[in-house]
Amino acid sequence: MGAAPRAAFEITFDGRPVPALSGQSVAAALWAAGILAWRTTRVGGRPRGAFCGIGQCHDCLATVNGRPNRRACLVPARPGDAVTTQEGHGRAGLDT
Amino acid sequence: MPDSTPEAEGPGPWCTTDGPTPDTHGPGPAPAPPAEPCDLAVIGAGPAGLAGAVAASGLGLSVTLLDGADRPGGQFHRHPDPALGAARPGALHHDWSVFTGLYHRLTSSAVTRLTGHHVWTVVRDGDLWAVHAVTGPDGDGDGDGDGDRDGDSDDGAGDGGRPVCVRARAVLFATGSHERHLPFPGWTLPGVVAAGGAQAMLKSGLVLPGRRVVVAGSGPLLLAVASALAAAGARVPVVVEASAYRAYARVPRALLAAPHKLVEGAAHGAALLRHRVPLRTRSAVTRAHGTDRVEAVTVSRLDRHWRPVPGTGRRIACDALAVGHGLVPQVELALGLGCATRRTPDGTYALVLDGVQATTVPGVFAAGETGGVGGAQLAYTEGELAGVAAAAHLLGRSALVRTARVRELGRRRARLRAFADAMARAHAPGPGWTRWLDDGTDVCRCEEVTAGRVREAVADYGARDARTVKLLTRAGMGWCQGRVCGTAVACLAEAAPGPRQPPSPERRPLAAPVPLGVLAALDTEETGTRDPDPDPDPDPDPDPDDHPSHDTAIATATATADITATTATATADTPAEDSATATDAQACSPPDEQ
Ligand SMILES: Cc1cc2nc3c(=O)[nH]c(=O)nc-3n(C[C@H](O)[C@H](O)[C@H](O)COP(=O)(O)OP(=O)(O)OC[C@H]3O[C@@H](n4cnc5c(N)ncnc54)[C@H](O)[C@@H]3O)c2cc1C
Ligand code: FES
Repeated sequence: MGAAPRAAFEITFDGRPVPALSGQSVAAALWAAGILAWRTTRVGGRPRGAFCGIGQCHDCLATVNGRPNRRACLVPARPGDAVTTQEGHGRAGLDT
Repeated sequence: MPDSTPEAEGPGPWCTTDGPTPDTHGPGPAPAPPAEPCDLAVIGAGPAGLAGAVAASGLGLSVTLLDGADRPGGQFHRHPDPALGAARPGALHHDWSVFTGLYHRLTSSAVTRLTGHHVWTVVRDGDLWAVHAVTGPDGDGDGDGDGDRDGDSDDGAGDGGRPVCVRARAVLFATGSHERHLPFPGWTLPGVVAAGGAQAMLKSGLVLPGRRVVVAGSGPLLLAVASALAAAGARVPVVVEASAYRAYARVPRALLAAPHKLVEGAAHGAALLRHRVPLRTRSAVTRAHGTDRVEAVTVSRLDRHWRPVPGTGRRIACDALAVGHGLVPQVELALGLGCATRRTPDGTYALVLDGVQATTVPGVFAAGETGGVGGAQLAYTEGELAGVAAAAHLLGRSALVRTARVRELGRRRARLRAFADAMARAHAPGPGWTRWLDDGTDVCRCEEVTAGRVREAVADYGARDARTVKLLTRAGMGWCQGRVCGTAVACLAEAAPGPRQPPSPERRPLAAPVPLGVLAALDTEETGTRDPDPDPDPDPDPDPDDHPSHDTAIATATATADITATTATATADTPAEDSATATDAQACSPPDEQ
């Protein structure tokens, strides 16, 4: 299948630049850069990333632009998005 | 993996048809749904929902079609955003021309299309059905979990989760399926992904999870996934299938009656041959190895009951594993309305449907995988039948379902269902699979509950079903509401001594995560939604846990609300919210966070 991507841009993952294509989800952009984990679990602190790919398992939760618990497989990547590894429930540093 | 975006390559031989890309780009801000009730609300814009909406609209019904995704097509015709510029999206699809044809008819029809609408409940509203949805890519676009009560949807992605209520005289459930998973040691390692999930990420994002991808599990979807991954440039060292494909030989009549399926299977087989992908049947991945990501898997032979044969384990290096054991109909919205279910030959629950797709609740129809997993052809057929039947029902014109076309659709449906049942029987999990779990394996990925703890609940605390296990261990109580671990937990509970209890269909109060603020706002005027009847249908079942009332829905929402970044505080700040909601919210927070 021929891909002739039009708009390429950058997002960041834990501060380092990651290329993304317009129309890709955050998870797809991370996969394309070889990044498979962007969350640690609440109990065991184990790394997780996308599993079901269609919004059902919630393994892919990421903090995007400071907002935790976004499903990276559903959220479209946008130029300049700052994706950070989500630790546990993702509320560290939030006022709750 | 510097670049795992699939290389440009001609269509694989599985590509039977091809066609232009419809411009299915989402329309930008979600359009406001009509305030007037419509005739038919169709939930799900996969093959079944598209066919149903087009057929019903063609017969004069006003139709609203809702889907959580931002593009129509469902799982089968999942395709990249046009902005990704895939030259030939059809290369990954069978029947692409069927889809583009139907899509064209949809766009030139009067159907109201609501993409990016996640339906979380459907309730009775007088003579109507109220379909409640939240908008945005993940149902909470601004991520503060308030359903955008604070009106800040534009401060970030501009796709805030807005509550929407569509009222309709009849409903068609075309919500498809989700994958079934059987856990094994190491399955939570990054790089272990769902088979259909890998397919979905490839179809929509043009990406691969790795360069050397083992495909494993059971069911015909594995062949489709393996050929797609191989064609996209991945090396697939082996496809591991737990069943024996020989089982198909026992159903020659069903096979012969579905030539389309044979052609499709042969095409996948040819693609696998071309990419030199070996298929190993009667085997399973019984362990994934690695520390921070998968580095290898152990493949073991299985006996007839799917017990691993000792001493047969072979290690195969890989950097990703795509694994799945078939599909489970997604029926929770219909269950919430009291629609009856039946157990399918592979142990899942599907809706009971009559000859023209009516459920056991008048005015409620279903089509596609909700009536039993059977593939896109069956979904198209049933969708059209359901659209016609809904028109006959609402217009009081029973002659509409007595046409030659409807009889032909009925025959096709019977043929394809027979084939689907044969496949389901061939790939039904054997009871011995639980032998490949060790006590340290996480069964519930969300709550990190191990097989050991589930076994303890069964052996020491007398749990006999998934619901009791859940109460004792929290398995299935997490974000996915048991979609991922449900089968495994039910199987482990079934292993309890004493009389066997077949598992009951999984009930989920919420079909999609919904921000607490949306729930709290249900009875306020400002959102324009109507209060769903708190007890829409007097519940004949005395067990409150079995038929969730609206209250339990709210309580469970909190577990879910955790992911939509909602806190009980956010709710408590909301003046219009009723106190029961806040109390439930507190009671439901995970113990470790109270
Ligand atoms: C992950 C996955 C990948 C698959 N890949 C393939 C494949 O490559 N080849 C193949 O032959 N078959 C595949 N299948 C099987 C596929 O489901 C069927 O072949 C076919 O798509 C069934 O059509 P359907 O219309 O019944 O359901 P689907 O095509 O699944 O459509 C259901 C639609 O309903 C929407 N929906 C569900 N719940 C809600 C809700 N609460 N609110 C709003 N919208 C909702 C979904 O977004 C989806 O668009 C896959 C299944 C899954 C789960
Ligand atoms: S990968 Fe399962 S929800 Fe995103």
